[in-house]
Amino acid sequence: MRIPLSWLREFAQVPADATAEDVMADLVKVGFEEEEVHRPTDELTGPVVVGQVLSLVKEPQSNGKTINWCQVRVVPEGQEQTLTGEGIDPSGVQGIICGAHNFVEGDKVVVTLPGAVLPGNFQISARKTYGHLSAGMIASVRELGIGDDHDGILVLSRIGLDPEIGSDAMELLGLYDQAAEINVTPDRGYAFSIRGVAREYAHATGTLFTDPASKVNAPASLQGGYGVKLNDDAPIYGMPGCDRFVARTVRGVDASRPTPPWMSSRLRLAGVRSISLPVDISNYVMLELGQPNHCYDLDKLAGDIVVRRAVAGEKITTLDDKERTLDVEDLLITDDSGAIGIAGVMGGAHTEVSDSTTNILVEAAHFDEVSIARSRRRHKLPSEASKRFERGVDWRVANIAAQRVVDLLVELAGGTADEAGTDVGTAPEAVTIELPAEFAAARIGIDFTEEQITTSLVDLGATVEKTSSGYVVTAPSWRNDLETKEDLSEEIARLVGYDNIPSTLPVAPPGRGLSRSQQQKRRVVQALADAGLTEVLSYPFVSKAANDTFGVAAEGEARPALKLANPISEEQGFLRTSILPGLIEVARRNHSRGFRDLAVYEAGSVFLPGETLGTDSIPPLGVKPADEVLDGLYDGVPHQPLHIAAVLTGHDSPAAATHTPRAWDWADAVDVARLIADVLGVELVVSQGSHQAFHPGRAAQLALRNGDVVGYAGELHPKLLAAHDMPARSVALEVNVEVLFEAAADVIVAKHISGFPVATQDVALVVPQDVPADQVLAALREGAGELLEDVALFDVYAGPGIDEGKKSLAFGLRFRADDRTLTADEASEARAAAVAVAAERFGAVQR
Amino acid sequence: MTDTLPGAAIPNPLDEAAITAAVEDAIAAIAAASSLDELKAVRLAHTGEKSPLSLANREIGGLAKEHKAAAGKLMGSSRGRVNQALAARTQVLEAENDARILVEETVDVTAAPRRRRAGARHPLSTLQDRVSDIFVGMGWEIAEGPEVESEWFNFDALNFKPDHPAREMQDTFFVEPPEAHLLMRTHTSPVQVRSMLEREVPIYVLCPGKVFRTDELDATHTPVFHQFEGLAIDKNLSMADLRGTLEHFARQMFGDEASIRLRPNYFPFTEPSAELDIWHPGAKGGPRWIEWGGCGMVNPNVLRAAGIDPDIYSGFAFGMGIERTLMFRNEVGDMRDMIEGDVRFSEHFGMEI
Repeated sequence: MRIPLSWLREFAQVPADATAEDVMADLVKVGFEEEEVHRPTDELTGPVVVGQVLSLVKEPQSNGKTINWCQVRVVPEGQEQTLTGEGIDPSGVQGIICGAHNFVEGDKVVVTLPGAVLPGNFQISARKTYGHLSAGMIASVRELGIGDDHDGILVLSRIGLDPEIGSDAMELLGLYDQAAEINVTPDRGYAFSIRGVAREYAHATGTLFTDPASKVNAPASLQGGYGVKLNDDAPIYGMPGCDRFVARTVRGVDASRPTPPWMSSRLRLAGVRSISLPVDISNYVMLELGQPNHCYDLDKLAGDIVVRRAVAGEKITTLDDKERTLDVEDLLITDDSGAIGIAGVMGGAHTEVSDSTTNILVEAAHFDEVSIARSRRRHKLPSEASKRFERGVDWRVANIAAQRVVDLLVELAGGTADEAGTDVGTAPEAVTIELPAEFAAARIGIDFTEEQITTSLVDLGATVEKTSSGYVVTAPSWRNDLETKEDLSEEIARLVGYDNIPSTLPVAPPGRGLSRSQQQKRRVVQALADAGLTEVLSYPFVSKAANDTFGVAAEGEARPALKLANPISEEQGFLRTSILPGLIEVARRNHSRGFRDLAVYEAGSVFLPGETLGTDSIPPLGVKPADEVLDGLYDGVPHQPLHIAAVLTGHDSPAAATHTPRAWDWADAVDVARLIADVLGVELVVSQGSHQAFHPGRAAQLALRNGDVVGYAGELHPKLLAAHDMPARSVALEVNVEVLFEAAADVIVAKHISGFPVATQDVALVVPQDVPADQVLAALREGAGELLEDVALFDVYAGPGIDEGKKSLAFGLRFRADDRTLTADEASEARAAAVAVAAERFGAVQR
Repeated sequence: MTDTLPGAAIPNPLDEAAITAAVEDAIAAIAAASSLDELKAVRLAHTGEKSPLSLANREIGGLAKEHKAAAGKLMGSSRGRVNQALAARTQVLEAENDARILVEETVDVTAAPRRRRAGARHPLSTLQDRVSDIFVGMGWEIAEGPEVESEWFNFDALNFKPDHPAREMQDTFFVEPPEAHLLMRTHTSPVQVRSMLEREVPIYVLCPGKVFRTDELDATHTPVFHQFEGLAIDKNLSMADLRGTLEHFARQMFGDEASIRLRPNYFPFTEPSAELDIWHPGAKGGPRWIEWGGCGMVNPNVLRAAGIDPDIYSGFAFGMGIERTLMFRNEVGDMRDMIEGDVRFSEHFGMEI
């Protein structure tokens, strides 16, 4: 909402020297946010004066153009030029070249004299052109920055002005005025008006407020006017779509008259374009009183006005010349010809006022917030009217606003108002709120006096009745947002000032610290950074193809994924089922920026819809839903486990003198996955895996001991890497860490530490190529029994000396007993037992 | 080098002059040895089996019984002198040798290569941990919830009326099909509702997490960002408690000079509602007020939705953006730096914030 200061001053005591910034600073205190300042003089400085064209000589040019060589009087005849400066003629007559042709000798025009600066930092000076010294400019509205009119020079008589020569044209055109633009929160519809903001300004500054509504002399009742029926047979939430309709008639207007500059300049500063006198008046009254209203060309109306819901398939052509198909929920203004307006949203084209309109029907009505909001959304028609109606308009101001429009039409457009008028509808019941005496003090923490409470509420426009237990408050008709005692507490606090709220620090009951899973998450995320990886973040929006490639379900099929109804980009219209697509994109971006050695990771949610998706309906607000309804809401929310993924490409460290970095390979991916499991104290079972995003021979499936698959690690598929402009041999992993969190032991039971000496034995086993080393190791462990302390694979060999299709795996075994020093025989016996199991299971032969 | 002195006669172990001369020879040779290798040769020549002193010593066995004691004494002290000289010289030469080796091993320590990658946390994640720690230190707990959420938790339970403009101001991502009433949470407030439903009062929780709005990415907007919201539900909580909590928190984050300012505002889930500004003493360009977030007293309808009696309990809530906090606390100029995943951004911060 933009507030021209001259307008605000009519109803509030704004100091003469206050700037828009000062006014905004005051309004911030009562809960408005500062937006911007609109001040024509920031862009336009004088001297800009009224001049009269004394002579005009048309001079055709060789380029085919004709220019006018004008003598313009800028000081009244017989007076001296008091301005001095280069290019200012002491005679009071300026010679000016002008290319426009829409004016004649004798016209009064706006002259920007040398020294003036126009919007766009256009400096006016005397300059030689077309063989003359042109000392100034005859201005158009466009050059002055007050309109888009291309029609040429602003001839003052055409906007109804006949000012004295030499007078300040900026003053005349309202260009010294300025506007403060504030942001109005959606609960305060009343503040979309000068009336509402002036009241708030008075609250903020403790000064007097004059209600603009009180300055309008509206009749107490209206009768015998234009026929209007309110026929809403389908109210929404039981609220009638229209509960007041005021109609007034003004005849014999001259709709083609210019809008006076005082009005057009205020409209302009308020951000509303000047269209025609009747429309400008309508907008002016809306801005002043907050009541949207509409002017119909009375002669185009056919029969009584009926306010009703649309019938299926009904159509209307709105003011913007678009045909719209209406919904049965749309509230319409209709006459015998059909729809003539979507109530509170936009009028129809057919009954629009034009320059030739002579008789006008003024509508000022009150519509239901929800009904208007829905129509506005349905037709994507945000208008100044709908903005106010859906936030709430003062029911009681309708007839006052209608009267104000009528008065202005009479005054400015030369019309005559009919005595008769229409005012139908039913006033809503006034809201009364019980405010217990101590409630506001307890809620705010300020020990309000009775005086502070009553004064604040009365200043708002409420009526306050003191009772034995507190107050009964009737909210003013323009404050539909005041419904509860909490609302009143805010108003009291706001008017007394939030700065007066003291500061106390409440003590929470003993807390339990971070939960186990929160600690686990922190530990893993930190461990990866400690291990040299860089944490990054990516968006969860991915393409269907990316999900199909990366989001693999346990059975190897693409997982179902959630689709967004309104994604930022259609290509990234799905929610990720894997972190890797986003992370690979991050890696690619870094790579393209010249970072060749990368190890990036991300911890984040993935979205895995199950069979139930959401709920058909949602329960109402303000009440706790029944348990089964709540269960339904919980169950409808898709599973969103925490995943951690990493992508590694290039080398493990920067190359340097005396240091040769190692290229990351598939084993690093497995190792990072193991690190995650190690940090959590969970055993990860690694097996040969199959995943379409990975190299078919270099993918590890990661599982828990119980077989639950938790992720994949390995080298990314060469084709995938090529398609993503990523270097060959880049590796990646992704793990569902939530499953690991749950698998972690609650309590780790200590193990006895034996002090007896170790006995180490090595064994090399020849097995078929396709036998996984991990399984041979497991067989050895199983066969060796209790005496085995540890076993590790230390060499893999295939080549000369080993049969084709076989490989040799060398293991180091460490034996130790709890209670004695092992003999060499005991160790050898255990080793033989270990080898026997490997032999039986895989045909392993000792080398 | 040989271990005999060719042509030298075997000295008589009773000839004190000859033995002393042999000892003098040995000591001179020891002193002249300039390396451990030379000293080894000297040792073999003067104390080896075929050295004059060893040979003289062997002669003692053939001496008459009455001469053996004198000869033994002479030979013992003579050999002792030589061995002492050897030991002393060895020590000197070894020390010299050690020192030389160490000097030879000198490296240019300034050329030490980085063999390990220095990892890094994302500052948004580090900042989230830090904020959480401050509240955990106050006895609060950390609550989390899903990012795709039921519309009820995100709006209705928070007193957003179905057709109210406030609901549209949140620029919501909806999940298909619309009939399922699922959306991407527009704030972390649904976690507050879940906390109220799942925990016993009194409740003091902080809800950090990712939120989503349909804003295009630019220098100051991103469709995915992070918030932390606090919620306290207890008996007799007032706006003064809200202010005290925020002041305490602000000082932990921005130093003892920091303070806060509340300005009236509107949120459907709080009444009264306030905008929160922070006086940031270390702000770039000088101390000033900075818009930090929103807060207020929990609307009774929100308590009712969670089955908490507003006549017995009251509460306050607040919420701030983590990106915004990082931007003005750590002088991040462009939102895109935080979300593009450029490793330089994270690595500049390392593990700290």
